[in-house]
Amino acid sequence: MTLIATRELTHRYRGGVTALTQLTVDVPAGVTGLVGANGAGKSTLIKILLGLLPATSGSATVLDLDVATGGLRIRELVGYMPEHDCLPPDVSATELVVHMARMSGLPMTSARERAADTLRHVGLYEERYRPIGTYSTGMRQRVKLAQSLVHDPRLVLLDEPTNGLDPVGRDDMLALIRTIGTAFGISVLVTSHLMGELERVCDHVVVIDGGRLLRSAPTSEVTAATERLTLEVSERTDEVARRLADAGILVRPAGTALDLELHDEATYDVVRDVVADLGVGLLRMQRGRLHMLDIFRDGADATVGPAGDLRS
Amino acid sequence: MTVPGPPPGETGAIHDIGYRHYDGPRLGSAYIARSLFLHSLRGAFGVGRSVRSKVTPLLLLAVMVVPALIIVAVAVITNANDLPLEYTSYAVRLQVVVTVFVAAQSPQSVSHDLRFRVVPLYFSRPLTRTAYVQAKLLAMSAALFGLLAVPLLVLYAGALLAEMPLWSNTRDVALALVGAALLAVVLASFGLVVAAFTPRRGLGVAAVVAVLLVLAAVAAVVQGVASDEGNTTVAGWAGLISPFSLVDGVQVWALGAESSAQEAPPGTYGGPVFAAAAAALVAACYGLLMLRYRRVSLS
Repeated sequence: MTLIATRELTHRYRGGVTALTQLTVDVPAGVTGLVGANGAGKSTLIKILLGLLPATSGSATVLDLDVATGGLRIRELVGYMPEHDCLPPDVSATELVVHMARMSGLPMTSARERAADTLRHVGLYEERYRPIGTYSTGMRQRVKLAQSLVHDPRLVLLDEPTNGLDPVGRDDMLALIRTIGTAFGISVLVTSHLMGELERVCDHVVVIDGGRLLRSAPTSEVTAATERLTLEVSERTDEVARRLADAGILVRPAGTALDLELHDEATYDVVRDVVADLGVGLLRMQRGRLHMLDIFRDGADATVGPAGDLRS
Repeated sequence: MTVPGPPPGETGAIHDIGYRHYDGPRLGSAYIARSLFLHSLRGAFGVGRSVRSKVTPLLLLAVMVVPALIIVAVAVITNANDLPLEYTSYAVRLQVVVTVFVAAQSPQSVSHDLRFRVVPLYFSRPLTRTAYVQAKLLAMSAALFGLLAVPLLVLYAGALLAEMPLWSNTRDVALALVGAALLAVVLASFGLVVAAFTPRRGLGVAAVVAVLLVLAAVAAVVQGVASDEGNTTVAGWAGLISPFSLVDGVQVWALGAESSAQEAPPGTYGGPVFAAAAAALVAACYGLLMLRYRRVSLS
């Protein structure tokens, strides 16, 4: 089932900055990671999905509701956890979450019940009666998460929920996100600029960069498709790379070595033939698995590197 | 710190009843706006907030009511036939207290949400920016109305206790309450705009106090000088400068109140112009607030 669908979604800010370019992607039910560097367009996409920012062109639906017309209804069924700090220091977690439940349309008694339940589910107990100003970063992130879940949404949009957390807090938060997606049965779209951490909790991954879609695939597929071969030759590296590329292999320079996409056993044969043909020495041939982190790093490099045309 | 336990059935812990979905009613935008209104109104008097945030509003409310109590006490003891001041002039006499209340509570109402960036939590819910602004504006107006109305009701109760004429006092207090409502809306609009553009709370307080007091002082000085020069027209028009004398002018014209300013609006057109100016001020403030909140982004 598709929860979010965008079609050629483009957003250009008034200053002329293009945040999203022709983004067409389907997000299925379950836990989906939205990965991209800062400024890749993640926050813009979330604002459009909540119906708060009109797209310049293209369209998007959330839970089969058009973002251009169904904003209010979408915001009733969707929860949102902002990236930045958004908590008043002088009220308790309970008061804030009860109030936010009412702001989602829950009657007072239900709001109280749901707030107590939700705070317990995110792991806040006695401290929930204390003013939020006295909380640690980890506790504040939990309050932010609780307010996004208190109205029992069908989908939550979590913007960088692990930001600012220490490794333990990060693990706790990721486990919690997994629980929301599985035990609670609430679909999750979680953004991060760190691919590695999402790999562990997401069923599906969407990678965007510079407002464009780089990849959208099930996590298992992304991980499977990342078999690499590192190749080092004694001389004429450029020529080897060209010959390999001609043979249909995706090659990338990686320092003095070459980084090849390993499809199947035939790749080895091509390498053997090219090396033998050119008469260069084969110094190293190493098989490895590339993490999503690395794929993403490549994407980021392509945008910050001098070869700007890599983006197109 | 642990994450919620596994689904029921996999754990022996009794307290963990697992996640339950909510299938109760989801009330519409009218309920949400009403809840925000009540929340903000309570907040203006520190209800449901820390003791520290109750001190200022309740102290100011007390300061507003005490003079009324004294007046009433004196009137009852001396068996007076009449209150020593008009109902409609009470707010003007105590305008410093009212000003401090607007200054202290407007930032509490709007700057607080802006400064701690709570606004995105509202706007990511089924609440429009328009509804947010309206609820905040109505709540601040209602709070100010309460502040202005309580002493008036004390005066009225005292007048009845002292067996003053029922009919004329009832009519006067009713008119004064209408005037108080008008003043409340004008001051609330004004205070919220200043506060919404100064997210730092301390600055907001100072800005509202400064602007209201300076305008009141300027209006008084211009009126004084013009009156001394015998120019009652200029003195009358000078009432437009301060929100207090502006509303006073409208009261004089529309409600037949006695002017508490040095000079009432001049001529036949004075009253309508003052009323139009008050309406324009409220409309402009509303427009500015909408503009301010349209610019508030989610992140």
